[in-house]
Amino acid sequence: MFFALTMIAVSFAVVSNVASSSKVQAQIGSNETLVLKGSQLYAEGCSSCHGLQGQGGSDGPTLAGVGAASVHFQVSTGRMPLAAPGAQAVRKDPVYSEEEILALAAYISTFGPGPAIPAQDFIDQWVNASVAEGGELYRTNCAQCHNFAGSGGALTDGKYAPGLMAATPVQIYEAMISGPQAMPKFSDATLTPEDKLAVIRYIEELKKQENPGGLSLGRLGPVVEGLFIWTVGLGLLIGFAWWIGARVR
Amino acid sequence: MSENKLDLNNIFDPDENNQSSSELAKPESKAPTVAKGINHYPRRTDIDPKAAKRAERQVATMFGLSALFTILFIVAYVAIPSSARISLPVFGVTSTSNLILGLTFGLAILLIGIGAIHWAKKLMSDVELVQERKVMQPKLEEQQAALDLARVGGQESGIGERKLIRRTLLGALSLFPLPFVVMLRDLGPAPKGELKETAWTRGLAVVTDVAYEKIRPEDIPVGNLVSAHPENIMEIQEEEHTLNARGKSAIILVRMRPEEIKSQQGEGWDYQGILAFSKICTHAGCPIALYEQRTHHLLCPCHQSIFDLSDSAKAIFGPARRRLPQLPIEVDSEGYLVARAGFQEPIGPSFWERS
Repeated sequence: MFFALTMIAVSFAVVSNVASSSKVQAQIGSNETLVLKGSQLYAEGCSSCHGLQGQGGSDGPTLAGVGAASVHFQVSTGRMPLAAPGAQAVRKDPVYSEEEILALAAYISTFGPGPAIPAQDFIDQWVNASVAEGGELYRTNCAQCHNFAGSGGALTDGKYAPGLMAATPVQIYEAMISGPQAMPKFSDATLTPEDKLAVIRYIEELKKQENPGGLSLGRLGPVVEGLFIWTVGLGLLIGFAWWIGARVR
Repeated sequence: MSENKLDLNNIFDPDENNQSSSELAKPESKAPTVAKGINHYPRRTDIDPKAAKRAERQVATMFGLSALFTILFIVAYVAIPSSARISLPVFGVTSTSNLILGLTFGLAILLIGIGAIHWAKKLMSDVELVQERKVMQPKLEEQQAALDLARVGGQESGIGERKLIRRTLLGALSLFPLPFVVMLRDLGPAPKGELKETAWTRGLAVVTDVAYEKIRPEDIPVGNLVSAHPENIMEIQEEEHTLNARGKSAIILVRMRPEEIKSQQGEGWDYQGILAFSKICTHAGCPIALYEQRTHHLLCPCHQSIFDLSDSAKAIFGPARRRLPQLPIEVDSEGYLVARAGFQEPIGPSFWERS
């Protein structure tokens, strides 16, 4: 009887796990075929910069201990593989499919332990998080670089904090735990997983914000708005003044 | 150019009409006259009646369109619900009502203006005219009359003989500005210690901003950034009913590998590579947390000052000249991060009394 119940429980767990892992799942790394596939993709696409064993080199940092979350973030946002070396890896369309990214993540996480990809069904709970709390956390921890409206902003030496409007909830979460490029990490102890969901909720609310006045001008604040009116607005006025004073033939 | 000589009879005088003098300015000399010595080129609309007719039609069309847009504004105001949205190529999704109301109203007034200017430029007379500048200086006899009036007034008031009145008046007038000087005292009192002190003292636990949870060293792995306050910040805030203490005590915590730390403001002020710095820029007091975890540079968003947190938080770029003060930290018996002492130098922007 106990055995039967256990079997039912296990099979249910497996089924539900398979069902919930349709896109992203937490427990990758256990699947050997996935790791094998990842090793092939890694050898072809990543090893020239990051080294055959992920030890890093002159063109790329070591991947030991970066974790599956970092791999999933970098590759799913198209930042890796790098289009060209430079101050900043730029977001573009991903080169690899989601399945290939999971394989790469599984393989690279064998180099050393690091943060795992968060489970999709956990991330999906952001819809229940508090916007107000998320806003407070966002303004304290994120707004200094990513702008109050999530538009991003400049850093030093050509680096910049990207805008957040294209980032998915999973990618936002992964960025917070893995600290891509210049971005610092936000550990679960100082910014709890629930706090991170609240931040995601706030960013998702930012994405929904409309521009009732028309042009958003990048939502970069008064400097851009001032520049716009001083160039376009004043330019128009000068044009009219020139027309009023022009000689008529 | 002899005809351009100033006409001394044609000067401005507001009392002109009250004067019985026969030297009234000739009104016709004030009117603008057709400029001499300038070649006037007629416009096409002056010569060609067809062009004039065309210009007339253009102006009328603009006025007509303006009227149409005004009507459209009223129609749009009534017809378009404020909840309606429209998607435009460059603008993105925006409010239909705002867009149409702005466009119709703007075009209605713009077309009146453009029509009026077009009318003036094409059809109204464009003959060059000259109007003489008016002379501002009064006539000599008027100046003399004013001086005489002042002298007579002085004599009649007796200010010369009545010394008592003169002296008390002078005394009263010289004392009168004093209240304005005394009120400058309200600019003070001069700050005493509050610019040099923060809420941080020895043993105060470091708590996260927003959640106010105590922090253990293991909560901050390498590459992490934490905004923090002293544990009693909320109590102080409730007591003082201001955000001054919060503004001064804000810190950031970062952790780097010990070999990456080039220098610190005091020996052993870190805890196993965890460093605490004031979050307030030493230039203009902006809160700064734009931390680049690879270069350990901290960038101020207001004026682009950069501090190198791995090298005593020295200001390495931008208008800030002083380093960010470092807060010495240690761990208490329960394993939480606490301040080893308060800040050893004033935080934030410079001020006069800062030594």
